[in-house]
Amino acid sequence: MVKQQANWSPYDNNGGSCVAIAGADYCVIAADTRMSTGYNILTREYSKICKLADKCVMASSGFQADVKALQKQLAARHLIYQHQHNKQMSCPAMAQLLSNTLYYKRFFPYYSFNVLGGLDNEGKGCVFTYDAVGSYEKVGYSSQGSGSTLITPFLDNQLKSPSPLLLPVQDAVTPLVEAEAIDLVKTVFASASERDIYTGDKIEIVVVNATGIRREYMELRKD
Amino acid sequence: MNFMASKQPENSLLGPEADSQRTLYPYVTGTSVVALKYKDGILMAADMGGSYGSTLRYKSVERMKSIGKHSLLGASGEISDFQEILRYLDELILYDNMWDDGNSLGPKEVHNYLTRVMYNRRNKFNPLWNSLVLGGVKNGQKYLGTVSMIGVNFEDNHVATGFGNHLARPILRQEWHENLSYEDGVRLLEKCMRVLLYRDRSAINKLQIAKITEEGTTISRPYSLKTYWEFSAFANPAQGAVGTW
Repeated sequence: MVKQQANWSPYDNNGGSCVAIAGADYCVIAADTRMSTGYNILTREYSKICKLADKCVMASSGFQADVKALQKQLAARHLIYQHQHNKQMSCPAMAQLLSNTLYYKRFFPYYSFNVLGGLDNEGKGCVFTYDAVGSYEKVGYSSQGSGSTLITPFLDNQLKSPSPLLLPVQDAVTPLVEAEAIDLVKTVFASASERDIYTGDKIEIVVVNATGIRREYMELRKD
Repeated sequence: MNFMASKQPENSLLGPEADSQRTLYPYVTGTSVVALKYKDGILMAADMGGSYGSTLRYKSVERMKSIGKHSLLGASGEISDFQEILRYLDELILYDNMWDDGNSLGPKEVHNYLTRVMYNRRNKFNPLWNSLVLGGVKNGQKYLGTVSMIGVNFEDNHVATGFGNHLARPILRQEWHENLSYEDGVRLLEKCMRVLLYRDRSAINKLQIAKITEEGTTISRPYSLKTYWEFSAFANPAQGAVGTW
């Protein structure tokens, strides 16, 4: 009698793509609103974006239940921080917290692919990109999720990122104006929807700048 | 050998014996649940079958139950796990009532609770083998959500579990609209359930439709759908097909 193997998986991939672009005084974070499982669409109107702090927004794709649990964890920790320090967490601080939270479950990971975007302490745009176990770096722009392989090369081309090997270290923050960055995001998702079956339905675009946080939507292909 | 320092706990849930306690596969299962929002609240439908593998073992299983004052829960998957969930919810509602503060848990809260329970069990590698549909109305706000055995959850205007996702959701995407009347909602649900009856092997022709509105919950008496089997193509299915089975 062979020992029974499990015929269920604790993980599932609910698909979707996320993008974030940092500018001189703004940050654009965007994700599609489709939630899938296998070849099915579960819902067309699911938000993958979560506001973690006043100037800090996270977009995550991957396994939705883990993403939800992660968002809850971070929100709870942020509340404690506010009680203890009487101020909002800065984006770089939240970035470190997210990394630590992910690594905490290094041996049963959150299947969550994250991009964190917001304004740093000087009001400049910043984007942090992560893998599922918390390895992260500060970048000028990033894309994660099922469409990332289609989106990243296009962003590389359009945002002409300087090589990270150059000295002195050059900032990858884009000189583009807010409206141009938003337009780029819309273009990038429209392209990804053409070829990635898990990306589509609608994009949710969140813009963080000095005046606050604003949200807009754009329709995408529904097939 | 006598290790005075280490003491094994009495319940022996540590070590290899614990593995035999974990769910590996479901035994008695219910098939699809379909639900939609309509003008006054939520309509939900489920058949009354409890299958034991390929045997239709139980034919009067109520897979939809009212929870508290504002919610309705429908379940597919392992029936015994559904009964366990009902026990958890009983306790939840009881404690909520015991506060006696005029407030009562709404569908959003119950859905959140269920999501946490399902996710937690998945984390311990001992899942409740169900896909749940939670609908309700509180203070005029309609709510309809679903949660799977691994904790994947969302809310929408119409939801379904299992085969319902494949066969009913496309129909609902085409024909659902805001402010459906009660009659239109029932007609739409019956259309979905009929397709499921024709095409889902584990479906049976004995179903209930439940309605929840601000006023309360009603679960219909069990009834059957009219079916039509006289399509000419079915009379001689092999006609014109070469090498068919």
